[in-house]
Amino acid sequence: MTAPALVRRPVRKDRKSVALTIVMALFLIYTLVPLLWLLFSSTKTQAGLFSSFGLWFADDFSFFQNLVDTLTYRDGIFVRWLGNTLLYVVVGAGGATLLATLAGYGLAKFSFPGRRAVFAVVLGAIAVPGTALAVPTFLMFSQLHLTNTPWAIIIPSLISPFGLYLIWVYAVDAVPTELLEAARMDGAGEFRTFATISVRLLAPGIVTVLLFTVVATWNNYFLPLIMLSKPELYPLTVGLNQWNSQATGVAAEPIYNLVIMGSLLTIVPIVVAFLFLQRFWQSGLSAGSVKQ
Amino acid sequence: MNPMRTAAAKRRALAGLAVSAVVIGALTACTGSDGGPTSADTDIDAALEAGGTLTYWSWTPQAEAQVAAFEKAYPKVDVELVNAGTGNDEYTKLQNAIAAGTGGPDVAQVEYYALPQFALTDSLVDLAPYGFGDLEADYTPSTWGAVTVGDAVYGLPQDSGPIAMFYNKRIFDQFGIAVPTTWDEYLAAAEKLHAADPTKYITSDTGDAGFTTTMIWQAAGHPFQADGDKVTIDLQDAGSKKWADTWNQLLEKDLLAPVPGWSDEWFKGLADGTVATLIIGAWMPGVLEGSVPDASGDWAVAPAPSYDGKPAGAENGGGGQVVLKQSSNPALAAGFLKWLNNSDESVKVFLDGGGFPSTTADISSPDFLGVESDYFGGQKINEVLAAAAEAPSSDWYYLPYQVYANSIFGDTVGQAYANKTDLNAGLQAWQDALVEYGDKQGFTVNK
Amino acid sequence: MTMTSMRVTPSVRPRRQWRGWLFVGPFSAVFLVAFIAPVVYAIYLSLFRNRLVGGNSFVGLENYLQVFTDAQFWESFARVALFLAVQVPIMLLLALGAALAIDSARLYGAGIFRIVIFLPYAVPAVVAVLMWGFIYGNSFGLAANLNDAVGFTLVTPFARDWVLASIGNIVTWEFVGYNMLIFYSALRTIPADLYEAAELDGAGALRVITAIKVPALRGAIVIATIFSIIGSFQLFNEPNILKTLAPNIITSYFTPNMYAYNLSFAGQQYNYSATVAIVMGVITAVIAYVVQLRGSRAETR
Repeated sequence: MTAPALVRRPVRKDRKSVALTIVMALFLIYTLVPLLWLLFSSTKTQAGLFSSFGLWFADDFSFFQNLVDTLTYRDGIFVRWLGNTLLYVVVGAGGATLLATLAGYGLAKFSFPGRRAVFAVVLGAIAVPGTALAVPTFLMFSQLHLTNTPWAIIIPSLISPFGLYLIWVYAVDAVPTELLEAARMDGAGEFRTFATISVRLLAPGIVTVLLFTVVATWNNYFLPLIMLSKPELYPLTVGLNQWNSQATGVAAEPIYNLVIMGSLLTIVPIVVAFLFLQRFWQSGLSAGSVKQ
Repeated sequence: MNPMRTAAAKRRALAGLAVSAVVIGALTACTGSDGGPTSADTDIDAALEAGGTLTYWSWTPQAEAQVAAFEKAYPKVDVELVNAGTGNDEYTKLQNAIAAGTGGPDVAQVEYYALPQFALTDSLVDLAPYGFGDLEADYTPSTWGAVTVGDAVYGLPQDSGPIAMFYNKRIFDQFGIAVPTTWDEYLAAAEKLHAADPTKYITSDTGDAGFTTTMIWQAAGHPFQADGDKVTIDLQDAGSKKWADTWNQLLEKDLLAPVPGWSDEWFKGLADGTVATLIIGAWMPGVLEGSVPDASGDWAVAPAPSYDGKPAGAENGGGGQVVLKQSSNPALAAGFLKWLNNSDESVKVFLDGGGFPSTTADISSPDFLGVESDYFGGQKINEVLAAAAEAPSSDWYYLPYQVYANSIFGDTVGQAYANKTDLNAGLQAWQDALVEYGDKQGFTVNK
Repeated sequence: MTMTSMRVTPSVRPRRQWRGWLFVGPFSAVFLVAFIAPVVYAIYLSLFRNRLVGGNSFVGLENYLQVFTDAQFWESFARVALFLAVQVPIMLLLALGAALAIDSARLYGAGIFRIVIFLPYAVPAVVAVLMWGFIYGNSFGLAANLNDAVGFTLVTPFARDWVLASIGNIVTWEFVGYNMLIFYSALRTIPADLYEAAELDGAGALRVITAIKVPALRGAIVIATIFSIIGSFQLFNEPNILKTLAPNIITSYFTPNMYAYNLSFAGQQYNYSATVAIVMGVITAVIAYVVQLRGSRAETR
């Protein structure tokens, strides 16, 4: 049996439960309240925000005005941030998925000196608080003249220990060793075998890892916060927080309505990507959890 | 050679060493631009003539227009303006760049309270050799004092924040409250207002290091003294106690709006009258006009209350620009800085954008004093604010690690605010933490 | 997910052995630069003390000794430990309940529940905290509306006794769907014949849950627990962004990570900060390892 083949159980004759649905609906409301709040708030002016109930519209409907203001504030810096985020996601998450796939596959299908050490070190590293490693990383990258460049964000995002782990577990069953042996008999090179046969078998796992790394890089906040001082390089998260904190001190200029609209615009693309990818990824994730 | 400079160089060297050892090596030793200026380097006119590129960190809204005007006047100079964050966010990044030995700007905006910290770590260029010492007469004494240490000039003042009392006249009239001139009257007004309408407060204060130090300054306290590595901290001196005893009465009777300053709720409170007065720097009108437009016509300005009814001044906020040692062209940076904060053209841009001047000529100019503010119901607010700038005030020094000090204010004095207990105890806790930190950092504190 | 349970796939011919590195090499190289080098550098830093006055000096293990007597560090540690003990079980139980409900086939519109509950995971922590920060507002957030509605001060999210719960709520909101999906995926892999057998035995729904589903979830629960432990010990974004709204209640050493951050970025104590980071990393790794051992031992019983 190959891992991705999910065991579908026959439809059971259980009755639908209204009570259970109601309990879960409460859960659903809890999940949705902040998002609804964000939606309603995005239609309000700054004054409207302060004077209206959070889960309904204010008297003035300025959704489109907020949208235009957000996209044009300070010469359209928000659009720049969006572009930066996309760059970091495409290169960072794409690269992380590629590296994790190669490495996970290598660990699952080859026995080589140092294999166990790699696994132990990678898993151990997850426990070290990334936030606190920020300073050494920053000082190092400064010496290498990498701070204030996109590389300062991209290089650390290329590492996804969890992705590596998922692919490893997944590849053990998804790619039959006999198949690889047969390919070798035919004289195919290892990378050729990987590219033509294994990748296809690993696809659900790869999509899962991609989803995780996309979310992780899209939401990355702390690393860019310390690595970058030029707003032109900020991703959305850091930019938004800068907008939020410019309401302080001598030149205070609160723009809460733009912060809220910006938050909404930050969520929308990732949610769309998410809904799109999530159809593919469940089988991949289940392989990770079934192999405990 | 200054011991601190050696320390910084050593730190950089060590950092470089470790990295090259750890990574793949092959990193050339990193050299800072530590050399002091020679006489040939100090000709800023020649530097401006020769041109070059500069990086300037600032978060003032006027910076963009100022840089554009500068580049027009000096076409050979290219200034890259970077908003690296507001206040503390920028200092963190500056600090990081200094620690890393690279990545900092040539010129940076630094508030007065933070300036000694950067001057102490030998991160700033002393501008006296560039002839900046001659500019003293152009600036108010308190702002000039804030950018100089002895004969060394570590920056040029941009704005100032002499304190005044901004009050919501509509609320005052509605509840029949007279404008207080002493702190006793202020306390009485606070009780009267809150008793008449429990949703209204005389002011908001949930603990703010900048505010507390300003208030101690006004009470003629001298909690911080520094002479080289020797630091004295006494947050229980007469002035500090005087302020804390006064403020305790507001705090313990729940007369302070429970809204953190600069939060969304605070702005709302300024708009709807929940927060009836602010004791704050003279730069506040621009913020009120820009960010609390709904309250137009409600607000007015009066001198800050004092303990004896006579004018007593202090500064709140404000800052200037400095040249970093990391700058590869300090003469050019000095030239830009001098234009930025000492030329009529640039200062005019700054003032038109709502800034409050630090230059004596502007503070006393009839044009400036005669402005009738629509937002303030036609009041000539600059007359009041200029008088505040001239109110007698005592000497004041910030700690050479004030940025850190302010970052732990909430841990110490903030606890007294949160628990509504004696502020004197909070100040004492702050002092203890600051003494401990100073000792650990190699200062000689209170010895 | 124990390392020992990881099957070593029969290796290909010995002379090919090093070929595995071709696949693992790129990851390892980046890992070395982006992860191992900073760790090594942090260890190096932790052996020195650099002072504003007096410069840098080698102090051996002095920084480590200081951590063990540092009241602020242990206070922050106790706080995240409490957070861990309360928030993680609540979140995982909610996630488990949701996963079982969605898997039970007794829910109308199960697919919608699955997707919507998972959605917050996609919301950046910064945005999540900004939103909840507005909502928690005592004078015009939803908290204020709620207090107005009931007529007295029911909730004060930024009060001292509340703030940890307020943060816990944000974290739960962000991650309950993520954990739910991990559990749900594991449930989907339970072979159908197990259910059929149970049905033949006349087992009720509850019995199916306790006898089949929960045991099948054990591995997933261990993973989720480990990740939650790590997440709790590294708590940073949520309290740090909320700090502007509750400046006195959320101290600069509210969590170990905030402490380490403020030590270095506000206090310029890079060396001591690195020491705190290393100590926290070791503690986290040990606890995660113990949980994993216990989890896998229970599994093999």
